[in-house]
Amino acid sequence: MDIVVLMKQIPDTEAPVEIAESGHCLNEEDLKWAINPYDEYALEEALLIKESRDDVTVTVVTVGPDRVSEAIRVAYAMGVDNAIHINDEIDEEVYGAVDAYTTSTILAKAIKELPCDMIIAGTRAVDDDNYMVPACVSKMLGVPMISNVAKQDIDGSTITCEQAIDGGVAVLKAELPILMTAAKGINEPRYPAFRAIMKAKKKKVDEKELDDLGFDAEAELGRAGAKVRIRSMAYPEARAAGKMIDGGSPAEKAAELVRLLKEEACVI
Amino acid sequence: MAQGVLVVTEYWNKSFRKISLEALSKGKELAAELGEPLTAMVLGSGVADAAKELAAYGPDAILVADDASIENYRSWIYEATIIDAIKAKEPKMVIFGGTNQGKEISALVAAELSCGLAVECTDLELEEGKLVATRNLFGGKVVSKVDIEGDVQMASIRPNVFEVKEAEGAAAVESLAVNAGETRVTLVEERIEFSTKAELTEADYIVSGGRGMEGEDWSVLEDLAATLNGAVGASRNAVDLGWRPVSDQVGQTGKVVSPKLYIACGISGAMQHVAGMSTSDVIVAVNNDPDALIFRVSDYCIQDDLFEVVPAITAELKK
Repeated sequence: MDIVVLMKQIPDTEAPVEIAESGHCLNEEDLKWAINPYDEYALEEALLIKESRDDVTVTVVTVGPDRVSEAIRVAYAMGVDNAIHINDEIDEEVYGAVDAYTTSTILAKAIKELPCDMIIAGTRAVDDDNYMVPACVSKMLGVPMISNVAKQDIDGSTITCEQAIDGGVAVLKAELPILMTAAKGINEPRYPAFRAIMKAKKKKVDEKELDDLGFDAEAELGRAGAKVRIRSMAYPEARAAGKMIDGGSPAEKAAELVRLLKEEACVI
Repeated sequence: MAQGVLVVTEYWNKSFRKISLEALSKGKELAAELGEPLTAMVLGSGVADAAKELAAYGPDAILVADDASIENYRSWIYEATIIDAIKAKEPKMVIFGGTNQGKEISALVAAELSCGLAVECTDLELEEGKLVATRNLFGGKVVSKVDIEGDVQMASIRPNVFEVKEAEGAAAVESLAVNAGETRVTLVEERIEFSTKAELTEADYIVSGGRGMEGEDWSVLEDLAATLNGAVGASRNAVDLGWRPVSDQVGQTGKVVSPKLYIACGISGAMQHVAGMSTSDVIVAVNNDPDALIFRVSDYCIQDDLFEVVPAITAELKK
């Protein structure tokens, strides 16, 4: 069984970000990167399936410039068998994947060339939060999507998924191949040891350029091919530190807070 | 010729979600500026009567797809039926509520139609008759303005950001046949507990806890939330420690919330948490650590033991 995992490298959620001069992307200098946390659930789930049977090959597919190799090393150290890196840099700071649609177009074309019984993706990428790539890839490949899966079980060629929905759970069944998106809570992703990450440097990465996939990148991808284009970026209004309610017992502080919320902030 | 605005509403647990009314109110504003019609779409089972309530928000037409097969959400039926509605009405733009369901169905429809979709927008404006959206990136560390391409411009809105406004409208109710769609997925069973509690992203008041809660007993926060008729949220730490369900998580990797009042209890204020709540109208922090980062973004700060302060707030509110 061949499992393909979609992975995205994103700015570390605990690190600050800086807008580039162009105003439609980030300044990548000194930026700290990480694997999208939901993709770690996807990777872990694929590896758990691999460990529960003896016929599974896990291939991670990712789109991005050179820096993505760092994320691939972590995926290898976690235990994936193969990695495909589609380098989407067209020109200096000009990329093929600029929105969910162009990213999905690239991913779908790369996956079409692979043996694939199942695709696992994270439910969302917490940088641009489009919730869009899995849906697009599933449409482009004609593979049904089961989203937000909190538990799965494969029996032969049938998969049963528990999907987390508002107020509960839906149990869905399908014949493979499917595209499944992993919800938080589906597993506890393993943390590879530093040594394993260093060792993964020696692993072979199948690196492809957009030309290799047959794209006319400037016409079909990038800002020309995008369905959603960032026009400008700005920082939100910063919040300032407010009033410290000092003095007195906890009850007196609570009383003062409630007075302020009623009379000054007028929110209750 | 495409014209007008279509708003896809969400009927859940016997009423319209507040975000659907927010979407409809914004849709009315856009339609009025365009001088074109607004259509509200309702999907569900036995919803024909309830659909009439939407007339209060000014749509020119209310399109009702009513069938027992969609008593609960089914993505493939919703997708096919919404696409039928788009084909019938040929709107310039389609707006969804950015709920879990709204985010999934809008992605499926946009993917199927190869249209641009701006997700969880915090503002929608018109420029030469086209929609320009404002949305957060990197969990709110950056705000971006985006152009949306495609024959139909699609967007979803973030809960609790847009105002609900009543408006006049002719509101003709039309019915639309439910399209069963196509899927290779079968539903085995579904377990839903409908709750009367406010959903986190739609709540006006949120009382959140973090590592400072020291365990699974969150009754002091639950009491305060109940007194305010609000919801309980949690930091990533608290969820990762297994103290609260994933659905309670506030932050860049959880839910982004914008309540009237956010009370952070025993939360240190990690960047990814603050990203998820900094658009709240008023923030209160209760923490016994004087150096907690949360104090830097809070309007009112109490440095003390939350287990004493929080019950005292509840008692004060009950007076």
